[in-house]
Amino acid sequence: MAAINRDDVAHLARLAHIEMSAEELDRMAGELAVIVESVKSVSEAAGEDVPATSHPIPLTNVFREDVVGHTFTAEQALSGAPDAYEGRFKVPAILDEG
Amino acid sequence: MTENNELIRSSAATLAGKLAAREVSAVEVTQAHLDRIAAVDGKVHAFLHVNTDEALAVAAEVDAIRAAGGPAAQELHALAGVPIAVKDLIVTVGQPTTAGSKILEGWHSPYDATVVKRLRAAKMPILGKTNLDEFAMGSSTEHSAFGPTHNPWDLDRIPGGSGGGSAAAVAAFEAPLALGTDTGGSIRQPGAVTGTVGVKPTYGGVSRYGAIAMASSLDQIGPVSRTVLDSALLHQVIGGHDPHDSTSLPDPLEDLVAAASIGNVHGMRIGIIKELHGEGYQTGVENRFNESLELLKSAGAEIVEVSCPNFKYALGAYYLIMPSEASSNLAKFDGVRYGLRVLPEDGPMTIERVMGATRAAGFGDEVKRRIILGTYALSAGYYDAYYGSAQKVRTLIQRDFDAAFAKADVLISPTAPTTAFKLGEKLNDPLAMYLNDVATIPANMAGVPGLSLPGGLADEDGLPVGVQLLAPARQDARLYRVGAVLESLLEAQWGGPLLDRAPSLTEPSPGTPSLADPALNDTVASHGGSH
Repeated sequence: MAAINRDDVAHLARLAHIEMSAEELDRMAGELAVIVESVKSVSEAAGEDVPATSHPIPLTNVFREDVVGHTFTAEQALSGAPDAYEGRFKVPAILDEG
Repeated sequence: MTENNELIRSSAATLAGKLAAREVSAVEVTQAHLDRIAAVDGKVHAFLHVNTDEALAVAAEVDAIRAAGGPAAQELHALAGVPIAVKDLIVTVGQPTTAGSKILEGWHSPYDATVVKRLRAAKMPILGKTNLDEFAMGSSTEHSAFGPTHNPWDLDRIPGGSGGGSAAAVAAFEAPLALGTDTGGSIRQPGAVTGTVGVKPTYGGVSRYGAIAMASSLDQIGPVSRTVLDSALLHQVIGGHDPHDSTSLPDPLEDLVAAASIGNVHGMRIGIIKELHGEGYQTGVENRFNESLELLKSAGAEIVEVSCPNFKYALGAYYLIMPSEASSNLAKFDGVRYGLRVLPEDGPMTIERVMGATRAAGFGDEVKRRIILGTYALSAGYYDAYYGSAQKVRTLIQRDFDAAFAKADVLISPTAPTTAFKLGEKLNDPLAMYLNDVATIPANMAGVPGLSLPGGLADEDGLPVGVQLLAPARQDARLYRVGAVLESLLEAQWGGPLLDRAPSLTEPSPGTPSLADPALNDTVASHGGSH
């Protein structure tokens, strides 16, 4: 497995939508390299024949009755929004028109 | 003052009895705890928000119903009027919910978590919201954006994490009960280092609806208290099926209070997990653990040794699965629907850049570390090696538990490898911090229930040690049965509860004048901290 480096962290930070300063990228790359190294053994622990477990106690076909349950009013849904306009969330520009 | 002291030191079960007998009013009980919070929380910092008015109003309602008598009084829940604190990861109408993060500072949920609805239905006054590591990510509560909580046993030490606020509130007699959440040990490890009881129920045994998700396949809400019986009482209030949580088990809740009252372990097989003690565990932790084994043996339990060879991969697998799920769960904090929005300093004002600036300013270091690690583990080319392998390890851990539970009814280990360490000691070493959860993580990986109870004080530092009990999935009742027996054996040896030996937090230090004036007392409390 490849070690994690500063460029990887910069790329991951962009994917995760977290702006990072140069100093932060350096520090994070160092810390993550140590963590990734320490979890490496996990990839060698289980053979091909071991099935994956995603949920500890799997339940199947969890459905509810097809009736209207509790819903928020628009006012409640918008109550924590940083910006709203005429009953809707107000979002910054999606595209850069530069 | 002495009366108040007696009220705040009473167990929830004792308070419930006194309330039912009308020896004391719910308003008196609630006020006594609010007074204690005012007196000591300046030093402890267990609470992020104190819910004075609503708590007193609920208490007054309980008192009015009891005074009126009749069927309404008969139907009151046994814990009606017994106050409780709620970890600030669980959403509540009428109080802010921050998850310990700047990104949610000042946010009010438009709905109640199911567990909160159940507290309200039982008419338990909610005292306030307790401190935690940001989004429950940490083992010391030092990753809270609003400052650390201090361990009531030694204010210079950590109260454990992430639920250090709930554990410290209960240990400092600010609340008889609290709610916590446990993803890798966040209820049990704080219980261990504060000398209190904490239970992580079977995965799906308590609804997670309204708990802000960190790692959805690991998270579990559970009780925090000073006695095993009190945890059983609270578990009984919050447990059971909830259609709002698709992972909620449909099984009916067992009678956990009855289990805590059985009072014997004769003939039960209790398994020591070979891999979860010995090397890497502090001597005092190991000594107290061995004493608990002797006590259980003397009470007629059969002690057997079991081996769980794949537990050595549990920590590594956990630090792949948990960040992967967290990175996905925390993607919703986008600066649009709720919480903080930060605008970039210059350049185009696009949603992408607003999101980047918001998340940079709103999340702390540990949260960023885990999001980046999770994004890495899930990325193309690494998914199979990391996330896929970790999920296979999960299967191996479940198989280890299955084999162990074929030989033992309950498993036992120390809850944490050490007692409480100093604030700041491990803050700059993430890996050292992660090791605190080495004994608690396997339960979350397999979904089995676990309970931590006080096992005594370590000789070398005089700080609390935790003993962990683990049971098969859906067998939470066994934890309460064995836990209550061990607790009574230990307390008989100590001559009372372990917390009787904790510092009072209100006694003036030698040489200072008497603080008879409560106003003066408050001033001192709010400037305290040096202990």
